Amino acid sequence: MEVRVVNVRKEFERFPALHDVSLDIRSGELIALLGPSGSGKTTLLRLIAGLERPTKGAIFFGEEDASQKSIQERNVGFVFQHYALFRHMTVADNIGFGLKVRHGAARPPAQEIRRRALELLDLVQLSGLEKRYPAQLSGGQRQRVALARAMAIEPKVLLLDEPFGALDAQVRRELRRWLREIHDRTGHTTVFVTHDQEEALELADRVVVMSQGRIEQVGTADDIYDTPNSPFVYSFIGESSSLPVKVENGEVWIADRPIGLQAPHAPSGEAVLHFRPHDVDLVDGCSGCIAGTVAASRRVAGTRRVELEVGGERQRVEIELPVDHPAAQKSRVAFRPRRWKLFPAG
Amino acid sequence: MADPEIKSYEPLHESRSAAVTESRPVRIALTIVTLVFLGVFLLLPLIIVFKEAFAKGVGAYFQSLGDADTRSAIRLTLLVAAASVPLNLVFGISAAWAIAKFEFKGKAFLTTLIDLPFSVSPVISGLVYVLLFGAQGLLGAWLKAHGIQILFAVPGIVLATMFVTFPFVARELIPLMQEQGNGDEEAALSLGASGWQAFWYVTLPNIKWGLLYGVLLCNARAMGEFGAVSVVSGHIRGLTNTMPLHVEILYNEYNAVGAFAVASLLAGLALVTLVLKTLLEMRYGAELAATRGH
Repeated sequence: MEVRVVNVRKEFERFPALHDVSLDIRSGELIALLGPSGSGKTTLLRLIAGLERPTKGAIFFGEEDASQKSIQERNVGFVFQHYALFRHMTVADNIGFGLKVRHGAARPPAQEIRRRALELLDLVQLSGLEKRYPAQLSGGQRQRVALARAMAIEPKVLLLDEPFGALDAQVRRELRRWLREIHDRTGHTTVFVTHDQEEALELADRVVVMSQGRIEQVGTADDIYDTPNSPFVYSFIGESSSLPVKVENGEVWIADRPIGLQAPHAPSGEAVLHFRPHDVDLVDGCSGCIAGTVAASRRVAGTRRVELEVGGERQRVEIELPVDHPAAQKSRVAFRPRRWKLFPAG
Repeated sequence: MADPEIKSYEPLHESRSAAVTESRPVRIALTIVTLVFLGVFLLLPLIIVFKEAFAKGVGAYFQSLGDADTRSAIRLTLLVAAASVPLNLVFGISAAWAIAKFEFKGKAFLTTLIDLPFSVSPVISGLVYVLLFGAQGLLGAWLKAHGIQILFAVPGIVLATMFVTFPFVARELIPLMQEQGNGDEEAALSLGASGWQAFWYVTLPNIKWGLLYGVLLCNARAMGEFGAVSVVSGHIRGLTNTMPLHVEILYNEYNAVGAFAVASLLAGLALVTLVLKTLLEMRYGAELAATRGH
């Protein structure tokens, strides 16, 4: 099912949580809402589910306007951050709940509900645990039961709120791969919320980066990582370094020296240069490069991170060096970013 | 999240922890003081109630319980409890639901209001009804014109009892429901349940032990209430006398066996309530521990 969010605004007691957000989610897509806390990602998810009503705007499921429909009518599968399993019901009863509460002819007979529950339990690889209570399961197992329960109602859309947030790193990685498999097998349109960029970039077909109630960028992991379209995305996704620069006649300058980067379309004036610390070329001698004095250096796994003091104002910038590079304290290092982007200052 | 099944227990080497620094005589003295206090103020009165009730033998005990006025008092007390407990059950659940699950203006005020019967003397509670429904009261003339008798009749007693027992169920449920939050209900709704189904299948099972506990306390108080009921009842023997009021009347008539026989029933009720409460706490505590962390 295709989901379209059109110019949605949401206020909580006059405090805006989302400003005019629009998003097209394709049918069968696995999409991540990624952002720091307070960016509005969970609010957007709850709006799609119908747990909240938009202050303005509309949400379409296919061609149908779903925004005035209640959560029951929308038929979405929602997996809550803390699972919200019904503690007094067995695993099988939890999974069958959505079918049991249906009315009249829509409700399958008890035996069929049980068969469905066992089938889903098999899908989430928990066969044999149907008689357990939620309290008798580990965190990862609860997560799987919550997903099976949400899928039992054959939802149009599957919505997951921080699905792996409460799990430890090992289980999280396992479940991530497993969720991808389940998605590929069942083909549900799936939206999940996360603050973990690694999770979003690895798992999702497309990532929606959000900040302060707005969508900053929508794209594949490659788009987001390689061509961030705002300083926020640059600094939020992966590592980034930035330097204040000046643009004159299509050339980038630091203080009184051109640094060998051409920006023919950039307007002249103050700007900020962004690049990845590992995405630099070291150069000898300096005609058109960024040169600086090493102020600090630390070993990070297979590489060495050094902080350089650059220019007259001693701006600090971080780059990555090979471990065997002879740069020690106080020595000078010159480099040129391989891939970079300019954003207007301020 | 700790798995409740995997718990490690520290081996208990000593029954006394290092935090106890008092010397042996002090410990013994404190223990004795506590035991004497409990004995004199709690155990002794209870024993006396039963001793006095059976002072003239088992026959006299049952004879005084068989007295027509006494039986009428027992019936009335049961009736009052049967009327006020279910009403307070419904009120308690709805109030706790509203306070714990929703945000609205005046929430703090409502919470305070629910506590009011706890902080006000029961006699005042009774007087309020006299001022409201009495012959000279606010609604007195209207009630009289329509031939409705509230004061010095069963409706007044039920109203006064309800007022006094107002907070029991709600007070018990509010913290419990607040702790549980809205997650389970939202999950039920997202799975297609109606509001009523979510309440019946999810909310109610989640609060059942707390609810039972609240109802038990509410019932004990409803049967034992004296002050408020005394003001509105009019003490008409065989008509508007509840058990606590009847005890007082019998005692004032120097009918010690009769008074203590009825009192022993009330004391017995209190004991049963306490035992049930303890059992519930054991059960309810285990359930809470098992489900905590969801």
